[in-house]
Formats: sequence, C-alpha cells, structure tokens
Amino acid sequence: MAFTLYSLIQTAILCTNAIASGVCACLYNWGFVLFQGNIGGFGDEPGIKAQLLNLIRSVRTVMRVPLIIVNTVCIVLLLLFG
Amino acid sequence: MEYPDQSGFRQRKLQPRVRMRGTGTDSGEPGQLFDDTSAGQNSGPGGKGPAVYPGQNLLSDPMSNLAMAYGSSLASHGKEMMDKNLDRFIPISKLKYYFAVDTVYVGKKLGLLVFPYMHENWEVRYQQDTPVAPRFDVNAPDLYIPAMAFITYILVAGLALGTQNRFSPEILGMQASSALVWLIIEVLAVLLSLYLVTVNTDLTTIDLVAISGYKYVGMIVGVLVGLLFGRTGYYLSLLWCCASIFVFMIRTLRLKILSEAAAEGVLVRGAKNQLRMYLTMAIAAAQPIFMYWLTFHLIR
Repeated sequence: MAFTLYSLIQTAILCTNAIASGVCACLYNWGFVLFQGNIGGFGDEPGIKAQLLNLIRSVRTVMRVPLIIVNTVCIVLLLLFG
Repeated sequence: MEYPDQSGFRQRKLQPRVRMRGTGTDSGEPGQLFDDTSAGQNSGPGGKGPAVYPGQNLLSDPMSNLAMAYGSSLASHGKEMMDKNLDRFIPISKLKYYFAVDTVYVGKKLGLLVFPYMHENWEVRYQQDTPVAPRFDVNAPDLYIPAMAFITYILVAGLALGTQNRFSPEILGMQASSALVWLIIEVLAVLLSLYLVTVNTDLTTIDLVAISGYKYVGMIVGVLVGLLFGRTGYYLSLLWCCASIFVFMIRTLRLKILSEAAAEGVLVRGAKNQLRMYLTMAIAAAQPIFMYWLTFHLIR
C-alpha cells in the first residue's frame, strides 16, 4: 500500500475533525449524561470510558480554533489546486 | 591568537591589535580600512588584499582577519541559537542515551530478537533512577538497531524489487515513506491505548519507537531468505521471526506495563490487570501483522 506523509497529515486532520465536531460530539453528550456522577474519577481508577470522555472534551476545547484555521487553509488549497 | 567572542559591535576594539599585527600597507589609513569594509569600497591599500596576496599572506591581511573574526563570532552565535531551539523539539541529550551501544550489545540483541527463548532475566537495570545505558544492559531499548534495520529494510526491498524487474528509484522513496507512516501510526495507536488504560509506566515515546522498530530485523531476515529460497523459505522464516518477535514483545512489555503484578510471575485476576494483559497481547500481536503486511508484496 502506497502511503505518503501527506496522506498521514490528511488522516490526522480528518480524525481531529471527527473528534472535535462530528459523530463523537453526540457520543460525548450521551456519555456525559450517563456518567454524571462519576466523571471526576476519584481514586486511581478512572476507567476507559471516563478517560475517553476526558480526551474528547479536551480535544474539543484545545483544537477548536486551530482546526477552523487548518480546515479553511485545506479548503482553499483544494479549490485552487484540485 | 584568540578572537573576542562577541557581536560585530566590538569589532572596533580589534583595531589596535590589527594595527600592530598588520603589514606595512595599512599604516597610512587605518580608519579608512573600516569604512571601506562597511561601505563596500576598496579604495584603500587593504582593498587589494585578498587578490594581490594570493595565499601566503591571507592570515596577516587585516581585512581578512576582520572577516574571519566576524565570521567565527557569527558562527558560534548561530550554533548556540540553533542548539537551544532544536533542543526544544528533539531532545538531543536524551537521544544520545539510545545510541550508546557497542558491538557486543548489538550482537546479543540481534540474537535475542531471533531467539528469545533461552533468555532468563528481562529486567532493565537501573542506576539511581535512570536506566543503565544499552552498552551495559542487554535488556535496555536502543535506537541504533531500529534505525539501521529500517534503512536496511528499504535497501533489501529495493533489491527484492530489482530481482523482479519492478525497480525504479521512486519505489525506494515510496517504500520508505510507507514504512515510516505505518511506524508513526503504530506508535500513536500504542500511545493512545496506553493513555486510555491509565498505565503508570516509564515508557517514553522514544522507547516505543525503539520497541516498534525491532520488527524490521525479522522482516529483513524473512525477505532475504525469501530471495534465496523462494516463497516456502519466506513463509517459514517469517513464521519463525513472527513467533520470536511475539515472545520478545510480551516479555519486554510485561515488565513495563504490568509491573506491579506480573513481575514476580504471578497473574493476578483483577479487571485492571486483565485489561493490561490484553493490551500487551494486542501490541505484541500487531507486530507479526505489520511484518507480513510490509513484506508480502516483495516476494513473488
């Protein structure tokens, strides 16, 4: 399979897009409602679900603005160069 | 003779030294020399310096002295700045630890990668909280073998494609970037899963790159045997190398990921440890898959 570094960058952008604004957003809301009392994770065992929700929430907080910029750049480049 | 290690501002202080050391030509207009240099005109006697004195008086010519002093101070400035900035992104001092190997270590480690069944003690020795350099402990991960194995894999892939008349120079680049991308994906996946399972381990990213890079040795052995003995040889040697990498991975990672429970050899039945055991087995099982995926198209 012929992979280039450019396709890796594309994959990374698409994945981050998905986490920050896509299907995972609904999953995050649903999981948050179910996990209302336990997200603090007291003790040494947060568990996988809490870790995943923490990850999604932190990715959304951190990557919102840079993602807008990167997506705009990608769209412009794709429009110009096909 | 030592030059002052400062910026160009203090070059003027060189003037008395230059004057004392210079030839007889600049005794008339020393101030003019500096003006000439900065303005770019060469009307003074020092202007003919590098052209008239072809080689033998280059060092004694005041203008080239000045140029050398300025150049060396600029160079050391640039080097400092680059070192400082580069160290922020790539921890160069930490990388040096991974390349502190010697021939005995490399030989033992290669043997361990191909035949890990007789080795008894898999623990990494520590020396006051830092791991011992790979030169002194055969269990410590290093980056020399993975780096060399990666480059050798690309060359062997080119060789294999060349024997089938499928070679062109771009193929080497494609193979290299392909293998590199798979390595990056694997390291990122392992990092993500280690974060999700909240394992408190001292495995750094470079450790993971090193451990993931050990499979290239098995791949090279498989492809070379396949070149010599055809498909049967390839499958047999790949099977052997896959089994050894599997055992190697499990024994190495078990001590790092399952450190509290399984180091003494006892398998504690808890949900946490079970998850960690699954994670170790998944990482170890991914190695043979990658080994097959990256080499099967080379053997025909």
